[in-house]
Amino acid sequence: MGAKRQKLVLIGNGMAGVNTLEHILKLSPEQYDITVFGSEPHPNYNRIMLSYVLEGSKTMDDIILNSWFWYEEHRITLHTGTTITAIDTQQKIVTADNGLTAAYDRLIMATGSNPIILPVPGHQKQGVVGFRDIADCSVMLEAAKQYRNAAVIGGGLLGLEAAKGLLNLGMNVTVIHLMADLMERQLDPSASAMLKAELERQGLHFLMEKQTAEIYGGERVEGLTFSDGTKLESDFIVMAAGIRPNTALASASGIEVKRGIVVDDYMQTSADGVYAVGECAEHRGVCYGLVAPLFEQGAVLAKQLCGVQTKPYEGTQLSTKLKISGVDVFSTGVFLDQPELTVIRKQDDWKQQYKKLLLKDDTIVGGVLYGDVSDSSRIQQWVREGTAMTEAIYAELMGAGGTVLSAADRVAQMADDEIVCGCNGVSKGSIIKAIKDNSLTSVDEVKACTGAGRSCGGCVPTVSHLLQYVLGDEYAGQKTKTGICGCTDLSRDEIVAAIKEKHLTTVKEVMHVLQWHNPEGCSKCRPAVNYYLGMLWPQEHEDEKDSRFVNERMNANIQKDGTYTVVPRMYGGVTTPEDLKKIADVAVKYDVKMVKVTGGQRLDLIGVAKEDLPLVWEELDMPSGYAYAKALRTVKTCVGQQFCRFGTQDSIGMGIRLEKTFERIDMPAKFKMAVNGCPRNCAESCTKDIGIVGNDGGWEMFVGGNGGIKPRIAELLCKVKTDEELVQMVGAFTQYYRLTANYLERTSEWVERIGIEAIKAEVVDNMDRRRELYQDILAVLAELKEPWSTALEEQRESSYLFDAIQMK
Amino acid sequence: MTTQVNKDLTYIKIGTLEDFRERMGRVIRLNQKEIAVFRTTDGTLYALDNRSPHRRGGPLAEGMVSGHFVLDPLYDWKIALDTGQVQAPDSGLVQTYPLQVEGTDVQLGLTLEQAGQLGLER
Repeated sequence: MGAKRQKLVLIGNGMAGVNTLEHILKLSPEQYDITVFGSEPHPNYNRIMLSYVLEGSKTMDDIILNSWFWYEEHRITLHTGTTITAIDTQQKIVTADNGLTAAYDRLIMATGSNPIILPVPGHQKQGVVGFRDIADCSVMLEAAKQYRNAAVIGGGLLGLEAAKGLLNLGMNVTVIHLMADLMERQLDPSASAMLKAELERQGLHFLMEKQTAEIYGGERVEGLTFSDGTKLESDFIVMAAGIRPNTALASASGIEVKRGIVVDDYMQTSADGVYAVGECAEHRGVCYGLVAPLFEQGAVLAKQLCGVQTKPYEGTQLSTKLKISGVDVFSTGVFLDQPELTVIRKQDDWKQQYKKLLLKDDTIVGGVLYGDVSDSSRIQQWVREGTAMTEAIYAELMGAGGTVLSAADRVAQMADDEIVCGCNGVSKGSIIKAIKDNSLTSVDEVKACTGAGRSCGGCVPTVSHLLQYVLGDEYAGQKTKTGICGCTDLSRDEIVAAIKEKHLTTVKEVMHVLQWHNPEGCSKCRPAVNYYLGMLWPQEHEDEKDSRFVNERMNANIQKDGTYTVVPRMYGGVTTPEDLKKIADVAVKYDVKMVKVTGGQRLDLIGVAKEDLPLVWEELDMPSGYAYAKALRTVKTCVGQQFCRFGTQDSIGMGIRLEKTFERIDMPAKFKMAVNGCPRNCAESCTKDIGIVGNDGGWEMFVGGNGGIKPRIAELLCKVKTDEELVQMVGAFTQYYRLTANYLERTSEWVERIGIEAIKAEVVDNMDRRRELYQDILAVLAELKEPWSTALEEQRESSYLFDAIQMK
Repeated sequence: MTTQVNKDLTYIKIGTLEDFRERMGRVIRLNQKEIAVFRTTDGTLYALDNRSPHRRGGPLAEGMVSGHFVLDPLYDWKIALDTGQVQAPDSGLVQTYPLQVEGTDVQLGLTLEQAGQLGLER
């Protein structure tokens, strides 16, 4: 490996430190032998997302940023659960609480910060916690199961996120705030009042201008007393009154500390070879508690450590976004009214929106947004660059008078270093360079080349405007014709027409005859073409497993560790004691990691090894539940007429009948149904591809609902009187969808594209067409085989799909 | 186990040609290590570590094979089968291993060091 590597030690295995390492590994992967010490027993995780874990929208696993494997792969020695207790800055050695020592040439301190625990009497009682790490989060999740009344001290960013999380966990939550306004360090009184009203509407309680004097109770907390003598009963208290840089180690080691560990513009501390980054550092008198500065600091430090020329770090202009679902708040720069500032304000109490821009002598110095924060990145940029207010900006932001800027003008005004894609950190400048250097002409090409727009897709409109900006009319010309993916210029309809006309029957043939640019296609077009072939030639086309996505090929859902989940069919969500026993026995025997009840009323065996799949299927001896497929997943049912006093129809019976009739057939996308026995709609028809609601005289059929990424409420397709009519209508609708939808297009998008009236005309009003569609789908259904038993038969001949070749 | 030494590489037999189907990866397990073997449409065989370089890991053998690339089944990264290089805009590298075909036998080439690490005798 040539020259001897220098030793780099990182204290603090969190976002600031590890982000710096990632930069270093990119710049100069061979320069350092890296050792990391972390007090927490976890690899690096996204601390900002703890709110989501608490809220329940993400799991702990989801927020891991660097897996154990990442450390291994980069040959980083990682000591978790190990706290450094001393730094000898002369000998350049660190010592840990468990006696471990490590010598360094360079040392990075990224010790972060600790929550401030108010030193009021009783603060050490059981049931009082901070909200800072995974351990705190686990304590809060546990507390919510046992206790009812929570108090959160602190109405700032972190306090409100913690409070909302506890509320979602079912606790009765009161937020106690010392000041008159929530988030007063980020918001002005108007936005703060709107925020408070909204959070009250969501169920939080507030006690404003209250100072906690004492926490009372026995061993465990029972309540709080305030300085005005009033009390609040509470059996769980979260302190979110702020954070304090964790500097104990630095000051004990003789490194200069004020509020934080003092660093210069290159993140160097007072000790030779020792650097600090993130929340523990104090730069030009400022300690930051948000994520943006830590990334900027890390980038400068990494360059410094790798001997790469770098601009000094000159501080970060802060902006804030609150991470609570359904509440959008943003502020940046100066946000409070002051006599010398000009304030532009627009408050809309009906739409619950608020916008404010603050000017100092015509220069934009700050802004606040509530309700709609789509202007946040532009305001941030204006403030950062000290942009002067113009008629155009005014018109654009306040939407009245003047000329409104076109989207193209707006992207033209963006700075080159402004981030367009926040998920992948791609700037306007790098997108423009990529478009020019590689002659890119479509959003997909920009995605492939730069990564912009590949994660959440929120910036795709901006990317499109950038293309327009660079290419001008050439781009407009391109836009009219886009293929289904980068491998072809042909649209879905052109491909389907050609398959019919030229009678193409295999994926290979389609790609060859239609002159795909990429002869064997990609993960987008291969499954799509395979579906279109099966849809057009149900008898003739032989399904091509190598063009199926892994889940459909394996008849099980792959998990991130390479194990699979198994969901047996449970028609209408009804099972029997015998089946439950069997499922339990299999779960025990094959040591599945979890048995979960799914959203669609099924049981999911999570964590089955690939080799065990055939054995599990064989022992279950139940049909596949198709939880992995672009096909009918489940028919969710309510109890209905059989048992429920409100039931007017046999929803379970109808659900089972529909599931047995329409299972297994390939669809453009996954497909969910629900059947309800009365309009109370307990099985939630409004978010299903087909949702059926029974009433005294028959059934109502709703279509195009979706509860996923883009929620949509289903629309009424028709009302029918008899069960026969209903089954026929479901069949005809489903077949029409199969024939006309784009691959991966859910009914929610398809109904909007085709239009409900057009679908009614084809499926409801035209009796002949309805009958024809129904007959066609029945013919296809008749040919289908149960996939697990089929796979088992095949597996007896060859275990190719499931077994590894075992050496030795 | 058949072994054959050639230019400092130890070749071990991992199967015969019919053990590897076109465009359908297969896992070879050597003690604790998993290697994914792919056979492309033109008949070329490739061997790579069965582990995505994506920071969240995951297997590669179940990926879709297109030309001389495999598409990571979990994160859709495009990885060159011959070099193990992850294609832009993503980046990363997967360890590749040489394969040779003798008659119908498929043999995997390991350096002495790799063979030693996997606990395979010469």
